[in-house]
This record gives sequence, C-alpha cells and structure tokens, in this order.
Amino acid sequence: MSEAAKKNTQEDVAIQIIGMHKWYGEFHVLKDINLTVERGEKIVVCGPSGSGKSTMIRCINRLEEHQQGQIIVDGIELTNDVKKIDEIRREVGMVFQHFNLFPHLTVLENCTLAPIWVRKTPKAEAEAVAMKFLERVKIPEQAKKYPGQLSGGQQQRVAIARSLCMNPRIMLFDEPTSALDPEMISEVLDTMISLAEEGMTMICVTHEMGFAKTVADRVLFMDAGEIIEQAPPQEFFENPQSERTQLFLSQILHNA
Amino acid sequence: MTTDIQGHATGDSKLRDPRIRAVIYQIIVITIIVLFAWYVAHNTIVNLDKRGIASGFGFLSQPAGFGIGIVLLMDYSSQASTHLDVLIIGIINTLAVSLAGIVFATIIGFIFGVLRLSKNWVVSKIATVYIEVVRNIPLLVQLMFWYFAVLSTMPLVGDSIKFGENVYINNRGVNFPAVIPSSGFWVIPVALLIAIVLSIGIRNWAHKRQDLTGQIFPVFLTSLGLIIILPVLAAVVMGFPFNISYPDFGRFSINGGWSLEPEFLALLFGLSIYTGAFIAEIVRSGINSVSHGQTEAAHSLGIRPSMTMRLVILPQALRVIVPPLTSQYLNLVKNSSLATAIGYADITALFAGTSLNQTGQAIECILITMLFYLAISLLISMFMNWYNKRIALVER
Repeated sequence: MSEAAKKNTQEDVAIQIIGMHKWYGEFHVLKDINLTVERGEKIVVCGPSGSGKSTMIRCINRLEEHQQGQIIVDGIELTNDVKKIDEIRREVGMVFQHFNLFPHLTVLENCTLAPIWVRKTPKAEAEAVAMKFLERVKIPEQAKKYPGQLSGGQQQRVAIARSLCMNPRIMLFDEPTSALDPEMISEVLDTMISLAEEGMTMICVTHEMGFAKTVADRVLFMDAGEIIEQAPPQEFFENPQSERTQLFLSQILHNA
Repeated sequence: MTTDIQGHATGDSKLRDPRIRAVIYQIIVITIIVLFAWYVAHNTIVNLDKRGIASGFGFLSQPAGFGIGIVLLMDYSSQASTHLDVLIIGIINTLAVSLAGIVFATIIGFIFGVLRLSKNWVVSKIATVYIEVVRNIPLLVQLMFWYFAVLSTMPLVGDSIKFGENVYINNRGVNFPAVIPSSGFWVIPVALLIAIVLSIGIRNWAHKRQDLTGQIFPVFLTSLGLIIILPVLAAVVMGFPFNISYPDFGRFSINGGWSLEPEFLALLFGLSIYTGAFIAEIVRSGINSVSHGQTEAAHSLGIRPSMTMRLVILPQALRVIVPPLTSQYLNLVKNSSLATAIGYADITALFAGTSLNQTGQAIECILITMLFYLAISLLISMFMNWYNKRIALVER
C-alpha cells in the first residue's frame, strides 16, 4: 500500500480488514486477511473455487462470522453487538449468485420491503424510490410481476435494484453472473458498470475478466484462504508476480 | 377391420378412438359397481327380514334409557331423552374434544417445530426427544397412559391437590370455580365483541398509517390489551354481574363449580400431544424448505431475524406446511373415536356403541356415524384448501 493511502483519514476509508482469520471447525478458510478499501474504490476479487473469496465478502456484512482480527466498515467495527451489525447491514448492499429474491412478493414489494420495515419509509415514497431504481436497471414494466415470472438476468437486475433501495454506501457482489445464461450476462454487467461510474464503492467476486479490466481499480487474487496478490488491472493481467496467479490466469484466459 | 398390403389399418374404426374407448370402460365399471351395490343391499334386507329387525330411522325417536357421563350444552335424562339426543350429545362431545385438540396441537406443534430448529443445543434436544418419543408410541397406548397411569392415579376427592384457592385436581378430574351469569351479564361478551371489532379497525388503521408515514404501530400488543381490558372494564362498570360458584366437597361428590372429567382430559392430552409432535415435524420441514439464501438476503438488507421470520420465511413456509397440516387435523378428528377405549362419550362410543347395542340398528348407526366423520373431514378439507389457495405462490 502506498504512503498516500496510509495517510488517508478515517473518512476516506470504506472498509478496513486487519489480520482477519476464519475457521470452519478445523478448516482454516481465511488466513490473515488485510485489506483497505477506499471510498468509491472498485475491487474485483478472483481466484479458484474454494479459495475463500465469497467467505471473505460475506464476513463484511456478517453473513459469516470471523474469529480473529478486525473488520471496520464505515468506521463501525463488527462485533457481536447486534445493533452494530444492523447498522452495517443497512449501509452495505449485497447481490447474490442465485439472486435470492423473495418469491412470494412482487418485484415492487421486493424492493420496498426493507425500506418500509427497516427505514420506516412511507409506502408511496418507498414505491417511488423503488420505481426509480427499477427504471435504472431498465425493468420498470415488470414491477407488478412475481420473480418466478422473470428471466435470470431480469431477476438479478431486480436484486440489484432491491439493494439500491436501501441507499447503501457499499455494494458487495458475490458472483452475480455465474448462475446466468450467457446471453444475459451483459445486461447485468452493464448495470454494474453504470453503478461503478456513479462512484459506488464496490467489491465484486467474479470471473468476468473483461469487467475487471474496464471497471476495477484493483484486482485481488485469492488462493487457499490468502490474498496472494493485488494490483491495478493492467499490471495484474500483464505482469502477474506470483506463480499461482500466472497459473490461474492462464487457465481462465485460455478458456475465455 | 381390414388391413392393406403393408399391414396398416385402413378405414376408421370408432373402437380405436381413445375417447370412445374411455367411455366404454367407464360404462363397464359403473355397471359392475351398481350390480355389486344392489347385491349387498338386497342381501342385507333379506337377512334383516329373516332376523326380524326393522330397518329405518324410527329408532331415533325412541327413548334411550341409559346414562351418559359427559353432557354439554344439553339437558339429558335417561328416561325422556331419545337416541337422537344421544346422537347430538355424541356429536357435541366429539366436536368439543376435536376443536380443543386442534387448537392445542397447533400451538404445541408450532412451538416445538421452531424450538427444534433452535441453535440452543439443550432446547433443540428437548424438542427432538419429545417429538421422537411421542411419534413412536401408538396413540391408543398414550391415551391409556394419560387415563390409567396419570389421571386415575390422582388422589381421592377428599385429598385433592389444590392449586391456589379454588382449583382442585383429583381422580375425578379437575374442579374449578364456575361463573354463573346474572342480569346484565350480556355486557361482558358485548364488550369482548367490541374489543375484537376495534382490534380489526386498529389493524387497518395501522396499515394505512404505515403506508402514509412509515410509522410501525404495535398492533398485536394493543389488540391484546383491548381484548383483556374492555371486558374487565365492563364487568367493573356493571358491578360484576355474575356469581361465582365454588367447588364444594360433599362426602361422596362435589357440588358447584365446573369440572373437566378425566376422560375428556386424557383424550385431549393424548390427541394434542400426539398430533402436536407430527405438526412440529411438519412445521420444521416447512421452515427448512425455505432456502437459506432467503434469510441471507433479508439479513443483508438489514431486516432483523424476528422480522425475517414473519415477513420472509413464514409466508413461504406456510404453503409447504398447510397441506400436510390439513391431514393432521383430519387425523385428529378421526382419532378422537379412540375415546371408546377410555370411556369418553363421543359419537362413536355413544351412538355407534351404546345406541347400536341397545337398538340393534347396526347399519343405521354406523352409517350416520360414518357420514358425520365424512362431513366434518370434508368441511376441514374445504376450509384448508381455500386457505392454501390464498397463500399459494404465483409462478410463470
């Protein structure tokens, strides 16, 4: 990390992870993770499956508990304090590989559920905000439909809109395009790119290297629970330092 | 049928049309059934004639001439009351124990189903032990356990166990004070009714207010408060328009107060605890059927665990829970006929038992009893199907 980054005041840091470890029983999933994410920074995390990428970002909003080290989000340290966890979850949006939309609610109700019950927003206002974000992800006409009636790509865009309705300052993406048919990947990536252009702080676990090249400020490579390498995309793709990174890149780019 | 050189069928034979074949098969099946039914009916009539038993429902108006242990909502005397009265008492008793059983079994089932999923090791193990023990012992044996091993071994009336001032438990059941309405009592049920109507109004108002301002109103607590406070207030204002009759212990019997007979209690305990264990498993599997991703999505939006259960998990779990829950309710009603074994006066014990034995009208008694169970079961099914449709998911 550069000197300049270290001098950053607390205000400029969105997420700070210091010496974080996590175990599943005996299995050491995350080993000494250190990561500082600045406001507005876009980070792409890649690595072979089982390397702990998803687990790491799921620790940031406490879907998974870490056992050692510190995670500080927006100046709030994650502890067992339920109130702090709630506070952080309201600031951090998350998009899942399998969308996880609520199938018993319409698209619009999916988007207004949390604003109404968590932020206590009046219904009309919550619906107006939801429609605004549904327009942004280009599916306002589907508002009255149920998730089961939409295609995968549309569902994932609804999931993004649903997160945005809570006005998060940070967005986490957990392999958002991995469960999609190939022709639907670009519609979701386009949405993510426009979000990035607006200055959202983002951490994306993805294998879309094209997305990494165009959007990321930094690419992280993880293997066996460790961050092996991190660099701006150009450097990362053209001049990877570690052998494991080189091997991974050769496999993934060969297939692409 | 003719065939051409290659062996293909030629011409149109109506007999090769599956729709026409289906009609023919159905006609054959119906003919067989009608013939069989006619044979059975004819045989029965001939045999009844031979033994000199008159068929028909005339016996319903004859006096019953036997005593009944538990009579609710009716006046019954062994001299004046008829077999029709016996039938009605049997129906009331069956409905009473079934309704109470369904309510308690549902409460027990939902509580233990959720407890079994608890992350607390002790709590979840307690729930597991209850479910596994109760599900794997025959209901008849459990009824006998409650009746003979638990309730019959309670102390004699003279040595009743006392709970508080006026509740007594002994081998004749539970005795507790009765409320005897006096003039002006009607105000209290009316107050209760008003409280219920108000609660519904408050719910609607709270909905609208939340839509407009976003404020969440504690509807449940307010309603609970209203439903308790209003009737109490009415009682105070009317100067307590009722007399309380306390159980009074005579030498051989107990006068005054209300009592729950051990037969009723044993059947109620047995049915609710047994069915509750099955409902607990249904609830558990229903909640488990909602993918963990739903919980994670709700949590990631900042929705608290209790709210997640109410807004996201339960609405989806219910559509898995309701169909098997229906069959548990039906089982409970039908299993209540095991009352015969412990002497509770349900429709089976009274009408298909005593009345049948006294009159010899086996076919009529059994037929009426079967029709009753059938009608109740169909009613429950219809209600639950309606409810299930209301909560069904829309897909494609």
